[in-house]
Amino acid sequence: MSLPVIYVENLTRRFGDFVAVDHINFEVNEGEVVGYLGPNGSGKTTTIRMLLGLLAPSEGEATVLGYDVHRQSEEVRARVGYMSQKFAIYDDLTTLENLTFYGGVYGITDKTRITQTLELVGLTGHEHTLTKDLSTGWRQRLSLAIALVHQPKLLFLDEPTSGVDPTARRAFWDLIYELAEGGVTVFVTTHYMDEAEYCERVGVMRDGKLLAMDTPTNLKRSVITGDVWEVFAHPLEQGLEILHEMDGVERVGLAGDHLRVISQKVKKEALQSLLSRKKVQVEKIEKGEPTLEDVFLALAR
Amino acid sequence: MTNYLVQATGLQKHFGNTRAVEGVSLNVKEGEIYGLVGSDGAGKTTTIRLLVGALLPDAGEVEICGYNILKQTEQARSTIGYLSQRFSMYEELTVLENIRFFAEVRGLSSTEWLPRSMEILEFVGLDKFKDRPAGQLSGGMRQKLGLASALVTRPRLLLLDEPTTGVDPVTRQDFWQLVIKLVAQPALNSSPATHNSQPEGVSVIISTPYMDEASRCHRVGFMKSGRIIAEDTPTNLRSRLNGRILELRGSPLDILRHIAHQNEYVEDVQAFGDRLHIRVQEGRAKDVLGRLKSDIESVGGHVDELRSAPPVLEDVFIALSDHEYASAPHPLKT
Repeated sequence: MSLPVIYVENLTRRFGDFVAVDHINFEVNEGEVVGYLGPNGSGKTTTIRMLLGLLAPSEGEATVLGYDVHRQSEEVRARVGYMSQKFAIYDDLTTLENLTFYGGVYGITDKTRITQTLELVGLTGHEHTLTKDLSTGWRQRLSLAIALVHQPKLLFLDEPTSGVDPTARRAFWDLIYELAEGGVTVFVTTHYMDEAEYCERVGVMRDGKLLAMDTPTNLKRSVITGDVWEVFAHPLEQGLEILHEMDGVERVGLAGDHLRVISQKVKKEALQSLLSRKKVQVEKIEKGEPTLEDVFLALAR
Repeated sequence: MTNYLVQATGLQKHFGNTRAVEGVSLNVKEGEIYGLVGSDGAGKTTTIRLLVGALLPDAGEVEICGYNILKQTEQARSTIGYLSQRFSMYEELTVLENIRFFAEVRGLSSTEWLPRSMEILEFVGLDKFKDRPAGQLSGGMRQKLGLASALVTRPRLLLLDEPTTGVDPVTRQDFWQLVIKLVAQPALNSSPATHNSQPEGVSVIISTPYMDEASRCHRVGFMKSGRIIAEDTPTNLRSRLNGRILELRGSPLDILRHIAHQNEYVEDVQAFGDRLHIRVQEGRAKDVLGRLKSDIESVGGHVDELRSAPPVLEDVFIALSDHEYASAPHPLKT
């Protein structure tokens, strides 16, 4: 069994009294696509900065590709790629010029490598297109190409597909899965559920703590142990208040034209009869499926 | 009789060679939350700007609450609340002072603005923070202040342009609960000065690229290249694919994907991290369910679970895009 690509033990970072990252532990293996989900300020970026060797841990340790992130940070940075939403692509340069420029930063001067990287992300034929003429989805591919040009073994992606529709998102992820099949390990930070669903395992961060890390399926099963009910009723607002007070209901929320209820004990019939008794008209109650958002909201409580 | 707060027909707007909006018609009923769903550049923001009269259409008409946005601009605008993507507030002013500013700009009198501001701050949960400078609010609280400012004039139509971009799931949930409550209890928005015993209903148009948000709307229009390519309730949209989505979990994923693709009844295979969503031809789920497991096992793959799964909006959007654009998506802006 090979060593984990990312190994994190009791990793902690304090800023004064504030504990940004609080004794987190996890491992990521070669070829895995792992998501790191959490709100702004939950410690996602601080974790990444420590893994990239840009910030010293206050406590604990981490290795990336076998190198100590603090003592051997140059070794780490030479072998990882980083794609950020805020990454600067030069709008007035063509795709080829942008990639050549950033390749140069990593010491890549081999023209074949540049063209191969463009081909990998599907930008062949658009070498001479100005970056400002690319749609969002394709700009993201160019950012990916820039992160890939030095052939890293580990890729950090920060909200790689925010703002694109499912078709573009899917095309992007198909590319990521291909890279993973080729042995590249991918670590994705995001606060979008749509993105987290694409990861093989997802870690949930909150207030500096890693609350859970597992496959989306296992997270849904282990965190949402009750049933999910979709309740269509009128008036909705009144239904919300009644179910909010109902014994055994763990969570109830408005979901557009219906209520979403999560409960271990309460079944369809009980919901139906209580609402009817309180003069709320029930159109139908359907069994729903837990989502990653349910998981997040349950853990964040 | 259905009361439409928005009636837009044949909207078109080109910027040079860019066909930002290409024949959009849109009707939004009183009490409805309508989602304009699509990627950046699909035409969502341009559509919203045409609806509020911030842009002149090349063709088409817009009526808001019965007023033509170009001919009766003042009346139409007085019924609109608009929260743009980049909502700006005065960082040095307090929460209440910010609201007051928006209220007075929109013509609320000195006797009106305070009670209304307090009512709306209480609704969004910022009443306890009314004296805090806006610059010291958290991201979620800023969002709520933006919403409060848009609501202070009691608009009948609320337009929200990607209001939860960059906001974490807990805050988004809170924000959505407010929006849904707003349309569910119109009394909140009715003015005590009107003599109508029937409170006036509010409608919301919200734009988003995210499917989890789309699923909370009453009705959704999927936008692509300046057009609405499908429009219906989330439930009806999903039901278009009822019985045609299978969920497969197992290992290794590349074998699962490969074998699923080979099945003649399989239209599409989408990887979702730890599982695959397989779209099958109409009426062929049984055939695929009956054969796929053994096909995978015969080449050394392992199946943990294969089942029929309820379709999600993401499945629907992708299926629609396949029909509309058989070829690969074009890399250039359309």
